[in-house]
Amino acid sequence: MLSRTAASLYWVGRYMERAENLARILEVGYRMSQMPDLEAGGTRNEWPSSAVAAACEDGLIEKHGEANLDTVLSYIALDPENPSSIHACLETARTNARAVRTAVTSEMWESLNDTWLEFNGQWRKSLKKDNLLSFLDWVKTRSTIFRGAMSGTMLRDEPYAFINVGTFIERTENTARILDVKFHVLLPQGESIGGSVDYYQWATVLRSVSALGSYHWVYRDAIKPWQVAELLILKKEMPRSLVYTLSQVSYYLNQIGDGHGRRYDSQRLAGKLHSELDFSKVDDIFQDGLHEYLDKFLVRNNKLGVAIAEDFHFYL
Amino acid sequence: MSESPTPTENTPPAFFDEMVQLGGEPRKGMEQLASWMVEAPRDMLKIRQTEAENLFRRIGITFAVYGEGGDPERLIPFDIVPRILLASEWAFMSRGLEQRVKALNMFLHDVYHDRNIIRAGVIPENLVLQNKAYLPEMRGVTVPGGVYTHIAGIDLVRTGAEEFYVLEDNTRTPSGVSYMLQNREVMMRLFPEMFNSHQVAPVERYPEDLLASLKTVAPPTCEGDPTVVVLSPGLYNSAYYEHTFLADKMGIELVEGQDLFVKDNTVFMRTTQGPERVDVIYKRLDDDFIDPLAFRADSSLGVPGLMNVYRSGGVTITNAVGGGIADDKAIYMYVPDMIKFYLDEEPILKNVPTYWCARDDDYKYVLDHLEELVVKEVAGSGGYGMLVGPASTKEEREAYALRIKADPAEFIAQPTLSLSTCPTFVADGYAPRHVDLRPFVLVGADKVRLVPGGLTRVAMRAGSLVVNSSQGGGTKDTWILEDSLNLGGANA
Repeated sequence: MLSRTAASLYWVGRYMERAENLARILEVGYRMSQMPDLEAGGTRNEWPSSAVAAACEDGLIEKHGEANLDTVLSYIALDPENPSSIHACLETARTNARAVRTAVTSEMWESLNDTWLEFNGQWRKSLKKDNLLSFLDWVKTRSTIFRGAMSGTMLRDEPYAFINVGTFIERTENTARILDVKFHVLLPQGESIGGSVDYYQWATVLRSVSALGSYHWVYRDAIKPWQVAELLILKKEMPRSLVYTLSQVSYYLNQIGDGHGRRYDSQRLAGKLHSELDFSKVDDIFQDGLHEYLDKFLVRNNKLGVAIAEDFHFYL
Repeated sequence: MSESPTPTENTPPAFFDEMVQLGGEPRKGMEQLASWMVEAPRDMLKIRQTEAENLFRRIGITFAVYGEGGDPERLIPFDIVPRILLASEWAFMSRGLEQRVKALNMFLHDVYHDRNIIRAGVIPENLVLQNKAYLPEMRGVTVPGGVYTHIAGIDLVRTGAEEFYVLEDNTRTPSGVSYMLQNREVMMRLFPEMFNSHQVAPVERYPEDLLASLKTVAPPTCEGDPTVVVLSPGLYNSAYYEHTFLADKMGIELVEGQDLFVKDNTVFMRTTQGPERVDVIYKRLDDDFIDPLAFRADSSLGVPGLMNVYRSGGVTITNAVGGGIADDKAIYMYVPDMIKFYLDEEPILKNVPTYWCARDDDYKYVLDHLEELVVKEVAGSGGYGMLVGPASTKEEREAYALRIKADPAEFIAQPTLSLSTCPTFVADGYAPRHVDLRPFVLVGADKVRLVPGGLTRVAMRAGSLVVNSSQGGGTKDTWILEDSLNLGGANA
């Protein structure tokens, strides 16, 4: 297939996934900010940590001075100039799909086009603090519909592999970031690790990746940080865990490589990253600290993205 | 004011109506549609009209006109009342179309080779050789099957029951076929019951016919199944939707200039696996832009070196480079002569009488009768730069006369034809609106292929004769009724 088409499909996958994950990150922020702050006599402002998780902190601070509900809404949800806003993701996903209309099915295109038209026609004007949660639900639903259209209608060929590589590499990055939010959220003074606020925060992280139910099912235990980390990093059965998403990146890269009758650098990198996780224990992860671990992981995942772009000539 | 399907003061009975006879009775074959139109509740039709618009918006069938402000993803108005043609009418038209495209292709081969038609004195030499659309780069180039115009869009108008005229031949990059196909899709979704009561000839096979036709003109060097691609200028072209639509329906790559490159006298496309050879390019951009080394050096849409490969037969470009000479408005006057010259046949479809200001008698006549004539620039297209005499003011005519005097050879004029009308659903009900028809004729090295129908364009404003989509015209689904279709006719 055309390199330009492959690149566009890869980015369609990434941007739709990113939009969904931004919604998930904002949901964590929103729920955490509803925790009472006994000292201040009000609620807590956890928006800076959301901005960090969304990789939008610098841009937001530069443009709005501080992260709070209003500025996060306008910068992360609505700002067309922030290339990582939900607005930009939905628009870019649609533009990329439009540039390669022949490579996506009409159901996929219609789902992206509808999403953009609804966003541009309604949400863009009506999104306020009080309908934020409905909006975030809407974003997740739209991403789900797109994925459903894709899984139900697309030929299992090279275009399908590229869109999945994009989807899963983006999801890998975002799960790592969402998990890292917890590091940036400080426990209020007087609250202990393992206390009720800590508990609530971990539960929120789980909830944001739709894993709270799974957690209970897998562990039949109270929420414990190392188990949350284990679930989201090492559990193969978890569709958003790092080990699962990397297995998918690796799987689809191998499909492409096999189809081409050769082996690419990106295949090697993805395979290595995946098998390291596959053979890790949660103790290994906590040895240097979860945050440090995730930091290093994000750097390696980013390198994988660069290798993919080089292997398949995404830059013409 | 409520308008009925019968002609009103806007359209004196002088206009032939596609559905309604003088006196208000439906024409033969149109009875069912006419009674359906009367019975269908207006509210329901309005809802369906809105649904149709939503469908077009949703599917993304848009027609962009950039640089004019307004909505960059504009919808072309769609009318829910279909235009019906009887099988006998279609059989007549298709015979005429086939004859015409054959002659046009023979003309193109001739002017780039022996120029017999010029030497015989049928067409003035200057009109061809001095023409901007005549490309010296194409002299002596042999194209597969002798086909230059692989896809022709011939604009037809009707003035009476048996009066069909060719208004224009489009032999470069005719567009609109995606609307023909999508109009049908939308009609079938909105009014399935109408298709139960009418035997409408299907048009869906067009993309297959197109691909089959394109494969027949693969270069002789091509071994095995030819690789065919659609070459588009990209997202910002007004017909981009159509480019994607056709590539998709044919299951072939939609490429842009940046995706192609030339090496070892062969055209390749850049794929994730490296270079892949390309045999046939269905080109949807103007000749000027296809190769910065041969034509416009500032073109970033083209492929450097493409012309060299093309000229030496390493790749086929459709429609052929230099084919524009056949749809030049001055050359148009000579198409009936071409048919006689090359085929030794009488033209089946008529030309509109045309005055060319380069000829002294015509020049005088045109300047004296501006009020009655439609004057067009020879090099113009899309309805731009026209003077519609009867609708013009004195000032406009005077200004236009100055332009004609400055360069008479650049202008032709035609009488304002009494274009047929077709009942159209407007705000207050049905009203007659003028229509034309663009059938799409596919010419392969083996045969001519033609799906029954075409794109009916409709002037949405009362009284207007301008149907171009760039001028606010709309479209209708076009039905050829099978019940009386003479099978084994021109389509076989």
